[in-house]
Amino acid sequence: MQDAQGHIRQPVAHDSAVGHVSGTAKYIDDLAMPANTLELLIAQSPHAHARILDMDLDAVRAADGVVKVLSAQDIPGINDCSPLAGDDPVFAEDIVSYAGQSIFAIAATDMASARAALAHARINYEPLPAILTIDEAMAAGSFLGPAAVIETGMVDDALADSLHRLDGEIVIGGQEHFYLESQAAYAIAGEGNDIIVHCSTQHPSEIQHKIAETLGLANHDVTVITRRMGGGFGGKESQGNLPAIIAALAARLTGRPAKIIYDRDDDFRLTGKRHDFKIGYQVGFDQTGRINAVIFDQAMRCGMSWDLSEAIAARAMCHADNAYHIEHMRITSHRCKTHTQSNTAFRGFGGPQGMVGIERVIDAVAHHLGMDPLDVRKRNFYPHKLAAQHGTTPYGQQVHDCILQDIISELEHTSDYKKRRNEIEAFNADQGVIRRGIALTPVKFGISFNTSFLNQAGALIHIYSDGSVHLNHGGTEMGQGLNIKIAQIVAHEFQIPLRVVKITATSTGKVPNTSATAASSGTDLNGMAAQRAAQTLKQRMAEFLAQQAGIDPVQVSFADNQVIVGTDRRGFADAVRQCYLGRVSLSATGFYATPKIHWDKSRLAGRPFYYYAYGAACSEVAVDMLTGESRILRTDILHDVGKSLNPAIDIGQIEGGFVQGAGWLTTEELVWGEDGTLLTHAPSTYKIPACSDRPIIFNVRLFEQGENSEETIHRSKAVGEPPLMLGISVFLALSDAIGASADGAIYPALDAPATPERLLMRATALGESIG
Amino acid sequence: MCPYYYQPMDIRHIEAVDGEIVRGHLSFILNGDIQQVDNIPGDMTLLAWLRQTQGLTGSKEGCGEGDCGACTAVIARKQPDGRLAFTAVNSCILLMGMIEGCAVITVEGISAPDGMLHPCQQAMVAYHGSQCGFCTPGFVMSLYAAWCNGAGLDEIEIEQTLAGNLCRCTGYRPIIDAGRSLECQGMADWERQQHEVLSGLLDHIRHDEMIEIEAGGKRFSIPHTASEFARCVAEHPQAVIVAGATDIGLWITKQHRQMNHMIWTGYVREFHQIVTEENRLILPPAVTHQQAMAVLGDHWPAIKSLLVRFGSVQVRNSGTVCGNIANGSPIGDLPPALIAARASVRLRHADKERTLPLESFFIEYGKQDRQQGEFVSAIEIPLDAAPHLKCYKLSKRFDQDISAVMMAANITVDDGIITDAVLAFGGMAAIPKRAHHTEQALIGQRCELANFAAAAANLIQDFTPIADMRGSAEYRLQAAQNLVKKYGLEITGIALVALADRDAAKQLVS
Repeated sequence: MQDAQGHIRQPVAHDSAVGHVSGTAKYIDDLAMPANTLELLIAQSPHAHARILDMDLDAVRAADGVVKVLSAQDIPGINDCSPLAGDDPVFAEDIVSYAGQSIFAIAATDMASARAALAHARINYEPLPAILTIDEAMAAGSFLGPAAVIETGMVDDALADSLHRLDGEIVIGGQEHFYLESQAAYAIAGEGNDIIVHCSTQHPSEIQHKIAETLGLANHDVTVITRRMGGGFGGKESQGNLPAIIAALAARLTGRPAKIIYDRDDDFRLTGKRHDFKIGYQVGFDQTGRINAVIFDQAMRCGMSWDLSEAIAARAMCHADNAYHIEHMRITSHRCKTHTQSNTAFRGFGGPQGMVGIERVIDAVAHHLGMDPLDVRKRNFYPHKLAAQHGTTPYGQQVHDCILQDIISELEHTSDYKKRRNEIEAFNADQGVIRRGIALTPVKFGISFNTSFLNQAGALIHIYSDGSVHLNHGGTEMGQGLNIKIAQIVAHEFQIPLRVVKITATSTGKVPNTSATAASSGTDLNGMAAQRAAQTLKQRMAEFLAQQAGIDPVQVSFADNQVIVGTDRRGFADAVRQCYLGRVSLSATGFYATPKIHWDKSRLAGRPFYYYAYGAACSEVAVDMLTGESRILRTDILHDVGKSLNPAIDIGQIEGGFVQGAGWLTTEELVWGEDGTLLTHAPSTYKIPACSDRPIIFNVRLFEQGENSEETIHRSKAVGEPPLMLGISVFLALSDAIGASADGAIYPALDAPATPERLLMRATALGESIG
Repeated sequence: MCPYYYQPMDIRHIEAVDGEIVRGHLSFILNGDIQQVDNIPGDMTLLAWLRQTQGLTGSKEGCGEGDCGACTAVIARKQPDGRLAFTAVNSCILLMGMIEGCAVITVEGISAPDGMLHPCQQAMVAYHGSQCGFCTPGFVMSLYAAWCNGAGLDEIEIEQTLAGNLCRCTGYRPIIDAGRSLECQGMADWERQQHEVLSGLLDHIRHDEMIEIEAGGKRFSIPHTASEFARCVAEHPQAVIVAGATDIGLWITKQHRQMNHMIWTGYVREFHQIVTEENRLILPPAVTHQQAMAVLGDHWPAIKSLLVRFGSVQVRNSGTVCGNIANGSPIGDLPPALIAARASVRLRHADKERTLPLESFFIEYGKQDRQQGEFVSAIEIPLDAAPHLKCYKLSKRFDQDISAVMMAANITVDDGIITDAVLAFGGMAAIPKRAHHTEQALIGQRCELANFAAAAANLIQDFTPIADMRGSAEYRLQAAQNLVKKYGLEITGIALVALADRDAAKQLVS
């Protein structure tokens, strides 16, 4: 039994936990580097929008310690670091499009020299008018592309025919990733065209391809290695391209190793964030709260280039329904082009903003009808998976796995929702300084990249002649526990102890053409690929051992760190040795492509998601009506991870995701100045949750009956992104609390993030007076 | 080298710039190993030294400004009573000269001699307290400092201990659980022995003499007596006086200022000694916020509850009360509280000292009434009873945040009539400032709620607040008015739950 420890379904610790706590787990800046390693600093634009009239960098080149200055002319290939659209220059040429944009880079013997040299640059700009906000972009018609529309039913007629109609809008702020390890890359030029880049990235393959493109090399010249990231959250899906390209360029042009580690402020100013949104809505509904028709206008601030905004917009549109079956729906997406950082992937990838939109609508409907918002939610859910008829989403996917009714009813019971709502009403009736609020909100999140071809993965397993196993796959570890889950899958497959399976750094030299570790898909894709590689090896071993014993391969099995050949048992290592001597290949790849999915990008229709992940949270908050300060008093979460591969890791993702989502909607506020410079560019001014911000009572449970209806890896479900949206319960509880201030006559229409300022000013506007 | 043993000291003296003979190197202990280092630029941080010169990369840079705690290291010092005190510090803004005579302990230096993880590390593993792991060494070291000090770590204490450590992955619950699991564990023999040896080593390296280090034209002077310090400052009026470096550290790491000469307050023993003179509490230059918290808390509970939210443990362990005053930040939390407590500031130039009311020390933004060659030699606070002193801090986040608005209020009530009032604000003007119109509106009135609400309307004459990333002008004014009302509610006997106080907020949980 000892040997089975660490197999699937067990709460095994993160594989690097001991390294984390002892400081021996290495991140990019911790790697031992030769003494001649160059340090890189990016020179950034002070203007949001300007023409570069002339640029004199001679004095920079001549400064002490400077070895090389890199600008657009030094790029042998294409001056682009964008993931797709070709619209993100590595170094700006002629025009700068946001304050903070990379213009040139200094490679120096040390960072102090690089910083000192920066002051010697002489650049003349002609400032140009800048479009900074969603409102400005909408007014000016500044878009990256034409508006995208998803429509189902007869929306305008249905809206006109509805008994009740409401309209309104909500502004939702962006979010900085604030991974604790900033963007980092370290490049070493080898012989010929070879270049090796160690990078803190969710997407080694893309970095490989982009380096090849910018340096004018073939993909096979470039090897990108990622052992781990100090946090990613989507912020290292495409944003690692720029630093990695610059490091590779410096190494290639100087022949010396080169590293680039963004200073925290530079990281804030250079990189894209979660898109801020302004969502306008019109809703038609009946007396019972059943929603008949919704029109959404989602305007999102994309920044100066596409980055991943097209796919993010699509996911925002595909989550505008969240858990609700609405027959008539039109979602229009305006991808606003602004002179700000190019916004990018962030845990949820547009889904959270889309979901906040519909949850706000539900809340407003409930307020209008004087109903409990939970009753309105229940009234509109997609039919349960066991229902005779399933619902279809606005984008045409049938929802046949809905279990929200089960989750909600269990959570409603365990959180004592109804009783507490009554208590809170009584408490608020005293009209004291402190008001309380409660909300129970669901999450339905589509799993798969909505760009279908990305749903593929590879793995590579070697078994060495001593029986030790080397595991490699295309996913990257950013703290989410991907590596330990896959090691558990492989240990389980071979029935060997977890310690026998060695987890190794992700490398484009081992598994090629990988997709980003993103869209919560890491375990689904790579776990399946690794399982297949292991199965291939088991099959080879079984065939050989069966042949030796003169029996059928089906009579060979793996159990308890042994291989059972007919009636004969031998240790796994002995069996491996026997296979090696018998000249059996003990190295295999595995490959997986998600079945059943398809997506028509032009029509925005199809089945983009293999399945949905579900969850719900009930949060209770308190607000000080004199100051706008708030606190989460209690949160109860019930979340579906299918059959969990590792309950400890999954609980960690749920809790962490919830707190991150709550932070997005409460204390985390990005502020830009009127000139387009980011004013909140460090933790002194940008406030992610601290430890005392977590709920006072925090009950988190996995949905025990959970089991993926699709054939995913051991029937588990993806868990990376969905829990972030559980944080929406906090936002709506805050709205509930301040709504209680004006006798419920006016809907609070709170915008996000609900900072103390927003809460106080809304409460004041609602006509509240205390004391 | 095997740590935790005695090594012979090799004391090297140099001639300082002004011709004096001083010690030219630092002596300290790193993970049990005596270090004597010279040729260190005065502006080098401990984190840079650890990572770049010692290959100790366990301590991470997450922000370089003391706000995330990923770089947390522990400094052990000998207390006057002979006990060891362990303090968590942000090594990213701690200057090398400031570890003279101390023991520095990093995450690499806390495991048992046989290589077993320290209980703080074991707990973090057992409770799944790490995900990406980048913040983890900092959390471990914050817990380690509390552990070594023998704190009984209940939930509230752990939250205070960890308020300066940011984690973006876990949501904190498992880390808190890891910390709580330590409450019922005792220290092993090997660790007690290690502390005994450490105590001896600290005595061994302590040498009472002036020290000066320099490299690359950047000098760091470490006087060891008050008169030596005063003379040094008077003779080098251009030098920057540094206390805890929680602000000056950022001049280096964030503003990249060239700091050619710094003079440190922290090596002067008498600068650490809080004394009472003629019913006045005297806080000399090197008294940290953490040290002040206990003493101030005894007299003014309101200031203690403010200080709990002042920075973080790491910031309070380094930052000093006098330094906070000397820098004159318009958003400093302590100046309004001390103004409300009717504190004075003492300024010293060589052997001459003058005293002025704290509120008149702040002249305009970035300008204080401090002449060249002068330094803030003490803060004096009258130990009068101040039953009505209350502090209110408003910020986006409860912990480790800078105020959008800060109000400290202190009224005197005689026979139901308000006879005196101080309402001091931070965040409302370019300097910490009293609301004189509002104060006057209160004085002479009955101590009744309606009078506070009426007086609050006068704030508009007192302040024209600015808008910045912490809050709009409208919000600041509205919130400030509400704080006056809130004060009125509390003074007139209405019990209010302060949501900032997580423990107090528990009573609201259903």
